[in-house]
Amino acid sequence: MFKTLRGRLITILIVALVSGWQLYDKGLKLGLDLQGGMHIVLEVDDPEGTMTPEAKADMIDRVVRIIRTRIDEFGVNEPLIQKVGADRVIVELAGLQGDEDRAKEIVQRNAFLQFKLVLTTTGMDNALSRIDRSIVAALGIDSIRAMGRDVAGGTDQQALQDLLFGGADSTSAADSAGAETGEDAAAEEPPEDESSPDDLRPFSSLLNIGDIPGTYMVAIEDVPAAEHFLALSDVQRAFPRDQLLHWAEDMEGRGARNYKYLYVLSEDAFLTGDLLNNATAGRDPQFNQSQVQFELSRAGGRRFSTFTSQHVGDYLAIVLDGEVMSAPVIRDRIGARGQIEMGSGTPLEEAADLALVLRAGALPARIEIIEERTVGPSLGQDSIDQGQVAGIVGMITVVVVMISYYHVAGVLAVGALGIYALLVLGGLAGMGATLTVPGIAGLILSVGMAVDANVLIFERIREELDHGRAPRTAVDEGFGHALSAIVDANITTLITALILYQFGSGPVQGFAVTLAIGIIASFFSALFVTRSLFLVYLTGKKTTDPISI
Amino acid sequence: MRLFQNAKYAFIEARKTAYVLSGAAVAAGIAAMLINVATIGTWQDYGVDFTGGSLIHVQFNTPVTAGELRDALGGAQAPPITRFGEENEFVIRAPIEDDVSITEVADQIESDLGAVLGAASFDVVSTQAVGAKVADELQVRALYAILFSFVLTLMYLAMRFELRFGLAAVIATLHDILITLGFLAVFRIEIALPTVAAILTILGYSLNDTIVVFDRIRENLHKKGARKRDQIELVNESINETLPRTVLTSGTTLVVLMALLALGGAVLRDFTLVLILGVVIGTYSSIFVASPALIEIQKRWGLGKGSEKKRPQPATV
Repeated sequence: MFKTLRGRLITILIVALVSGWQLYDKGLKLGLDLQGGMHIVLEVDDPEGTMTPEAKADMIDRVVRIIRTRIDEFGVNEPLIQKVGADRVIVELAGLQGDEDRAKEIVQRNAFLQFKLVLTTTGMDNALSRIDRSIVAALGIDSIRAMGRDVAGGTDQQALQDLLFGGADSTSAADSAGAETGEDAAAEEPPEDESSPDDLRPFSSLLNIGDIPGTYMVAIEDVPAAEHFLALSDVQRAFPRDQLLHWAEDMEGRGARNYKYLYVLSEDAFLTGDLLNNATAGRDPQFNQSQVQFELSRAGGRRFSTFTSQHVGDYLAIVLDGEVMSAPVIRDRIGARGQIEMGSGTPLEEAADLALVLRAGALPARIEIIEERTVGPSLGQDSIDQGQVAGIVGMITVVVVMISYYHVAGVLAVGALGIYALLVLGGLAGMGATLTVPGIAGLILSVGMAVDANVLIFERIREELDHGRAPRTAVDEGFGHALSAIVDANITTLITALILYQFGSGPVQGFAVTLAIGIIASFFSALFVTRSLFLVYLTGKKTTDPISI
Repeated sequence: MRLFQNAKYAFIEARKTAYVLSGAAVAAGIAAMLINVATIGTWQDYGVDFTGGSLIHVQFNTPVTAGELRDALGGAQAPPITRFGEENEFVIRAPIEDDVSITEVADQIESDLGAVLGAASFDVVSTQAVGAKVADELQVRALYAILFSFVLTLMYLAMRFELRFGLAAVIATLHDILITLGFLAVFRIEIALPTVAAILTILGYSLNDTIVVFDRIRENLHKKGARKRDQIELVNESINETLPRTVLTSGTTLVVLMALLALGGAVLRDFTLVLILGVVIGTYSSIFVASPALIEIQKRWGLGKGSEKKRPQPATV
């Protein structure tokens, strides 16, 4: 494949296409120093040094779990949460603008774990028309119409019947009801300007009866609208006494659509995370079921015991930072020690995750921000603009120098450098690496080495021509003799890059990654691509025909 | 067009002059570092990445003087304030304070500025806050990285060339680092993470340059009767043969870096300056430090054991 010219050209084409596709498909991620954003490093605060490494590692797991549940609040694309070493977490929020203080507060805030009783939907059903009216009153018909939520309905009773009919028997029924109440209702009853505000059902039309008692299901595309409504203070006042609606963390697939559960919970928590001492995941040997065992403090045990004895058969919601993580049924009275059965089909990881959630509610130590970097979007944009101009001018310089100095051979080198650029950028995109200012330094070095490799080869070819060799032989000799210098230079630089990656922290590692990718690309470009292009150039020439170099 | 074709400069003969030059440059650098220790207490103007502390970079919409900022931040107790690039842009550095979270210091500065000068009058371009532990680790790791890359480079070159080539390359690299650090000390350029990346780039560039010259020396050494030739003459010949390449590569790189310096903006300025210096020094050292070092090592310890070994077969691609 590499021997024939055709094979070489096909190889180059494939490599170029793959790189180009990677670049097009994944795009090049810019580091925080180039696009703005926030970088925070958190560490377990242990001034006395009394925590064991295991305790710290567990604490970090919990912190990561907490931040992960909160990450949506940041409103940034592709947030990064990464454990580093035994006791650190890096949180990177690229493109975050102006919310730095809130972001710091969110990652550092202690998690709030609550146990709440799941109620029936009866009370909430009766309040739905009141809730709808309060939304109409708070937002006005126009803005509701603008949201596309101006769905009119009959009386409360009818609305309720729709809901009950939809969700009465099975999940698949709830599914079709979702389609009906959402789309069909809107289609059958086109929004009429005359429809009285009292008839609009902006919120209740989003709800389907859930297949777990005490829940509604909301289609995933309706969740933002529902969240918007629920955040209104008038809506919260319209709730039945001592009742609240809480979202579940995960979404559930039903048929082709995804839904989020909305739980009706008691407003007061009967137990909070600080009364929980420990939680571990395990497997019940008898039934081979995943389960979570938990241990409460003495006071917690007493409270739990009283509560559970009154509510056998009811559901118990485990709420972390306002989101329902799980809602097991209470089978029996539970004291200071209890366990949550996860069902036989549940993987152990899910149990481990729930145990982590339970432990997250009471962290044994503080977490501290030990490093923080924020870059405003203005600096990032300026850097990119100026860097691009400088980069283009630099590229033009290289092209002009190579072509004016080496003529046709220079054109071949420029072609090879083009492939090099595609390879590096595609490689960075493919590996999901981010480009930072130190990364650009690595790129400059590797571009320099790519140009240098071509210069080495061409100078050698010229020398061989000076010694009176025929052009074709001179080309072969030139590549052959330049090889050892190129190999040794590239390998030593690669060694340095690997060491820097090993010992460096974030930005130095960025330098090392771009340098390493750049060196591999420059190696391929100079020795394989330039050579192949030379072979194309020499095709049809006689051995003694002069070459332009 | 061909530059330096058939050049025959007596580079090695000029090595005594080079030693004086290099020695003076290194001495000046060390003197600057000592002066820095006496005046600012550290060898270099270390940025918050190395010392720990907070840095806040603000840009005002209206003309403001550093004095006004200083007054806003408590007069005599104000942290150091420096102008950055454009007018109305300032960088304020605050050291770590005990019992105060590192992020609070920057927040405090921002609110103080807002209280006196108006919150709408400026934008915070960037903030950095680095804890003492992170800063210490960075220093240790940077040191380890450089030491390890020395050792492995030495081993690789000893294997592919001869031990003396490896030693000479490491000496040249050390020389480059010392001069670069001296330059940074003289101009009190802040050592931040991009500066570290620039220093690393210099190491790579200098090594690349040295290896190209050494490769030619190695090749010429394997020619018939080369071991019996005057080694100074042979090394000189090798440097001259690679001179066109050296000039073209370094020249092109320099032009590209000049473009970056002129157009790259304030963020990249220090970084580019260090790179330009590095290219000049790296090119100089491969000719005037690495090659003479090879000769000196050989004078003292002979040609070395590996001298009769056959040339390693280059990898095929």
